[in-house]
Amino acid sequence: MQTILEVNDVVKKYSDKVALNHVSLSVPEGTIYGLLGPNGAGKTSLIRIINQITYPDSGQILLDGQLLNPSHIKDIGYMPEERGLYKTMKVGEQAMYLAQLKGMSKQDAKKQLKYWFEKLGIEEWWNKKIQELSKGMAQKIQFVVTVLHEPKLLILDEPFSGFDPVNANIIKDEIIELKNKGTTIIFSTHRMESVEEMCDHIALINKSNKLIEGKLIDVKKEFRTHLYQVGILTDNVQQLMIKLSENYKLTTTEFKSLNNELQLEIDLGTRLPNELLQVLTENGQVTHFVEKLPTVNDIFIQTVSK
Amino acid sequence: MNILSLIIKREFIAKVRNKSFIVMTFLSPLFFVALMVFVAYLASMKGENKQIAIHDESGLFFKQFKNNDAFTYQDLSAIDVEILKDSVAAEKYEGLIYIPKQEVITDYEKNIYYISNDSPSLTFISKVELLVADKITHVNLQNKGIDTQVIDQAQAKVNLKLTKATGEETVRGLNEIKIIIGGAFGYFIMMFIIIYGNMVMRSVIEEKTNRIIEIIISSVKPFQLMMGKIIGTSMAGILQFIIWGVVGAFLLMGSSFLLGINGTPGMTTVEVVNTAGSISPEVLGDIQNYVHEILSLPLLSMFIYFIVFFIGGYFLYSSLYAAIGAAVDNETDTQQFLFPIMLPLMLGVYIGFFTVINDPHGSIATIFSMVPFTSPIVMLMRIPFGVPVWEVLLSIVILFATFILVVWLAAKVYRIGILMYGKRPSWKELYKWLKY
Repeated sequence: MQTILEVNDVVKKYSDKVALNHVSLSVPEGTIYGLLGPNGAGKTSLIRIINQITYPDSGQILLDGQLLNPSHIKDIGYMPEERGLYKTMKVGEQAMYLAQLKGMSKQDAKKQLKYWFEKLGIEEWWNKKIQELSKGMAQKIQFVVTVLHEPKLLILDEPFSGFDPVNANIIKDEIIELKNKGTTIIFSTHRMESVEEMCDHIALINKSNKLIEGKLIDVKKEFRTHLYQVGILTDNVQQLMIKLSENYKLTTTEFKSLNNELQLEIDLGTRLPNELLQVLTENGQVTHFVEKLPTVNDIFIQTVSK
Repeated sequence: MNILSLIIKREFIAKVRNKSFIVMTFLSPLFFVALMVFVAYLASMKGENKQIAIHDESGLFFKQFKNNDAFTYQDLSAIDVEILKDSVAAEKYEGLIYIPKQEVITDYEKNIYYISNDSPSLTFISKVELLVADKITHVNLQNKGIDTQVIDQAQAKVNLKLTKATGEETVRGLNEIKIIIGGAFGYFIMMFIIIYGNMVMRSVIEEKTNRIIEIIISSVKPFQLMMGKIIGTSMAGILQFIIWGVVGAFLLMGSSFLLGINGTPGMTTVEVVNTAGSISPEVLGDIQNYVHEILSLPLLSMFIYFIVFFIGGYFLYSSLYAAIGAAVDNETDTQQFLFPIMLPLMLGVYIGFFTVINDPHGSIATIFSMVPFTSPIVMLMRIPFGVPVWEVLLSIVILFATFILVVWLAAKVYRIGILMYGKRPSWKELYKWLKY
């Protein structure tokens, strides 16, 4: 897979505070890349550097193999966490202005805007002022303005904040559609469930340092615990528990189920799942057998609090 | 379209469409003209006539007091002083001049009284003193056997003829005219800087509080945004001033025509000359001299210099305003930074009106016409008095060099400031931002 964005050993200091401490990342083309980290970790600093709003003290950034330069502005679309538009300006004019600032011609901007406004069903907002719209509506405009110039790289900072579930879903679908068309999306968020759902790659930054980076599935493998959640209907609970504890560490647990079974969490260690399954099937009716995968949330908390 | 012109266009349209801008543009001249008309009306109105009682036991002085619009004097020497005092207390008279009889004429110097409820104005006091002293001097001279008529006839009147070294005749009061012309230019620059510099600052703060700033500067350079803002705002400002000028001139002409008030600035040159026709030919000659002098001022080069200093001064100051706007989160925090900006502006105007008029080429006037923060005002006031070209050019070079330096520094503060939210920065922090 081709790398679209490469961050090499970037350092950024603000007078006495280090915001980014030798951070390197590589973002593969056509993926959704989750940039995670607690508040103040350095995510926004990094994003601002990628957007050429500020510059790194040292290190370099390559977009499509080229050193980042002003001609890349039109290749990037950025939606900052702090949303904002000119309150007294009309939606259409404002969108046209922002599109032209990104280097679009008047005609292209108009055509693209028409397409997006129709797609999201917001044509009638064209002549309204932002201050007449609700916060969620303004967010939609913000999204349109960000993606309008068909950037190769889309940087979305907390893209779902401020949206109700219906609109959040619409935006989510649009993001996935953009990804399927080949756009690379960097996603900075605290909402782990959306990372879980959408991201192919993740990177975790904490206290100005990158701690984890990789394919989501690989990261999860790295953090795998070999714990299995097991549900079994058995006549003799006591006997089964004693038998299992000879070879495995186990604890009782609770998960949602329609049966009234014995619910266990079993640490397989280096043993294979089939061995355990065999013991279980000999002793009752297995209703549930699943590896307990680490959630991004677990990984996040575990790494950050280390 | 070029990015900078896009920004200029947006700023211009945003300003011009703003409701308060529209209201200000059309109401201000109306308000201003109404004020002028009101002042002119007040001035043309005759003041209240005040009755002054005079109890002159000597009989020498009453004739000195001539009635006029403001005062009517009544000789009430026959009535008892105490009764007159009561009348004054009862506000029948504004005041009472009481002159008790003296044996020796010089004793009157110290023994004349003015009795009133309200303390009299200084001009009134000195007028009474002058009239009485005049009479005493006259009597003194007569007592010494000198014919006062001879003295009156011997009174000389000198009229100093003013000429330039080149031999041209010139007129008195010309300095005042020159300072008015130069002052108008300087004052205009100051007003423009204050009004539109503030507008630039507010527009920066607005973008900051709207949080749109981060989107904009992910597309354009902060420097472009700042310059676009300054230029766009100044264009809106120039448009506003032109409208003010046109609307104001029409209103003034219309109102002076309607009310028939003479002497308002709406009068045309023809009217001035016509009015002058009724005055003695000597004065008419003076007026022709004034017109000649004004026309002989280097008007074209003055206008060009005005444009140059206007651009330099406005850009210099408005980039500072932009930097202040970027450094703070809301307008109430701007005060501590605005004061140092206002100071040189005010200083420029004061130096112009007090120092330049007395000594247009003195060292103070010369120095402040070189200092870039005051030169747009002070130099423009000096130019009508004739400043060597090299001095003007030096001043312009210093102004534009400073302007480039300040814009560069302001752009740095601006670049950092627009992304800083939260507490108001101190001067020390601003200095740190310059080093980022």
